[in-house]
Amino acid sequence: MSRLTAKFSALAQSGRKALIPFITAGDPNPGFTVPMMHAMVAAGADIIELGVPFSDPMADGPVIQKASERALAHKMSLRRVLQLVVDFRRDDLQTPVVLMGYLNPIEAMGYEDFANAALRADVDGVLTVDLPPEEAVDCVSLLKARGIDPIFLLAPNSSEQRIQKMAQVGSGYIYYVSLKGVTGAGHLDTADVQEKLKLIRANTRLPVGIGFGVKDADTAKTIAALGDGVVVGSALISKIAAYPDDPERARLEIIELLESMRHAMDN
Amino acid sequence: MTQHYNLPDERGHFGPYGGKFVAETLMQPIQELEEAYHRYLQDAEFIAELDADLQHYVGRPSPLYHAERWSEALGGAQIYLKREDLNHTGAHKINNTIGQALLAKRMGKTRIIAETGAGQHGVATATVAARLGLECVVYMGAVDVQRQSLNVYRMKLLGAKVVAVESGSKTLKDALNEALRDWVTNVDNTFYIIGTVAGPHPYPAMVRDFQTIIGREAKQQCLAQTGRLPDALVACVGGGSNAIGLFHPFIDDASVKLYGVEAAGDGIATGRHSAPLCAGRPGVLHGNRTYLLEDEDGEIIETHSISAGLDYPGVGPEHAWLKDSGRAEYVNITDAEALAGFHDLTRMEGIIPALESSHALAYVTQLAPSMAKDSIIIVNLSGRGDKDIMTLAQHEGIEL
Repeated sequence: MSRLTAKFSALAQSGRKALIPFITAGDPNPGFTVPMMHAMVAAGADIIELGVPFSDPMADGPVIQKASERALAHKMSLRRVLQLVVDFRRDDLQTPVVLMGYLNPIEAMGYEDFANAALRADVDGVLTVDLPPEEAVDCVSLLKARGIDPIFLLAPNSSEQRIQKMAQVGSGYIYYVSLKGVTGAGHLDTADVQEKLKLIRANTRLPVGIGFGVKDADTAKTIAALGDGVVVGSALISKIAAYPDDPERARLEIIELLESMRHAMDN
Repeated sequence: MTQHYNLPDERGHFGPYGGKFVAETLMQPIQELEEAYHRYLQDAEFIAELDADLQHYVGRPSPLYHAERWSEALGGAQIYLKREDLNHTGAHKINNTIGQALLAKRMGKTRIIAETGAGQHGVATATVAARLGLECVVYMGAVDVQRQSLNVYRMKLLGAKVVAVESGSKTLKDALNEALRDWVTNVDNTFYIIGTVAGPHPYPAMVRDFQTIIGREAKQQCLAQTGRLPDALVACVGGGSNAIGLFHPFIDDASVKLYGVEAAGDGIATGRHSAPLCAGRPGVLHGNRTYLLEDEDGEIIETHSISAGLDYPGVGPEHAWLKDSGRAEYVNITDAEALAGFHDLTRMEGIIPALESSHALAYVTQLAPSMAKDSIIIVNLSGRGDKDIMTLAQHEGIEL
């Protein structure tokens, strides 16, 4: 059983939902990332999504775009992100780590080299925003052969047929994009999410993490009630953007926000 | 190539290139678009409306003009210009925007978005949106907004909203990113008119199909004027829509050589260029797999060309396939060579070409002298140069 599957089933047994923070690796500088990951785990994170910066993040809103730009200014790359996971694993063998990014850095590295490196770094899942299952056959088989979960997105306009396809090809969990828009957008409609979740549940037993538009403890609590996990990204990263000269303050505010979400989700 | 050319396959692939590499939220709208495109391109009423617009609004057919004086001066092949510069709005771009806007109308979309680099596609989109009474938003890199202020004003006059994109390198690729972000947010009422043969399937095939009017006319006109097929076709390649429009109807004619001309900027060796087919490698960007200019980590790198319309780090996936299969040859021309081509045509034939098209003209000055006097080259004069006068004057240190 993969670390992700084990984590979700343990959470389900204790009646809790997964808190899944997303940060961009190397933002605001490469030294910030690994200590931040450990701090997030201490603050109640169950799974960490680590963003791999890309020059052209087409599905991201301004907050994560800027995070990518800050990381790339420090020459962050897919290889260096994998090294950060290696560093994280020195002190944490429990928390699942999912790499989230775009396909081209993986293409540049080569699918097989990437899959081998991800295995060596002890990565648990890979979510590639612009790699739908139709184009993912080669990549998915290389990842699955190494016990790494390929994670796919579902959106408000995904048909039942596509839900079934993701259920078949994906593993670990499904990432439900709660709104039509980019990351960090502000028009979340919980009734819509609830409706779509029914259709997803009817077609797959995979856990569902819900993201895009989770801003604070209240939205986290509301969303947690609908799915198996809550993904929060832009709300955390906006703290880094708010204190360009004071990463320590950003770190503290990120922890504070995560703790408030954890508390709201558990009570 | 003996068998009939019939790409892309049903999944939108040209060999290993093309495809649909988009985030999940865009899968439904591109599926919807693909169905509409397949349906209406077989629909007699749609085709009749498109043909009528191309004739009466765009001004087609565009002439095929024998540049006798220039041919004589170069001392080799006879050169024929396909005059896309004479189209309404001054370039080939409108062939495609007319087609896509008619599709948008059929699909019940009320809002049009587009990306633009030099502004030609933005103007062509704003033009058809004005004519059909559709809301229009054009994304343009902030750097391009600065250097193409004339076209920005034209778009505004036509009623479009122009959004200056401040992210990334603030050029065409970033405008495309921002248009995709808009589309993902407004999928229900919005039609995205992509300006070149890039993007996810069906765009590369659909934009090509709207642009092949160039090659179909050129073939007929060449046969009518000379009684035979040309020996070579030459066109500039940024994204590659004017080139594929000219090439495609000739792909099965093995005797016709196809030359795509990329922008070498300051020279390939300097690294400051826009020539992914000549100096890039395959990767995935903006929804398709194709040749890209990227660093060793797969990050897209900044491009350079004197011509904003060629300033793009990718290229249409069908060109990637035509390169690998050997059917077309891709060459490159520097800024300086393109400027020389610009002046040659202007002074010799009284036609002021766009800087994009000047790259193709400059290659003709190299190719034609090596060919026999009874051989024929058709070069796509994809746009007129009025929009480039300021750039040119600035480059030559002239104050207007």
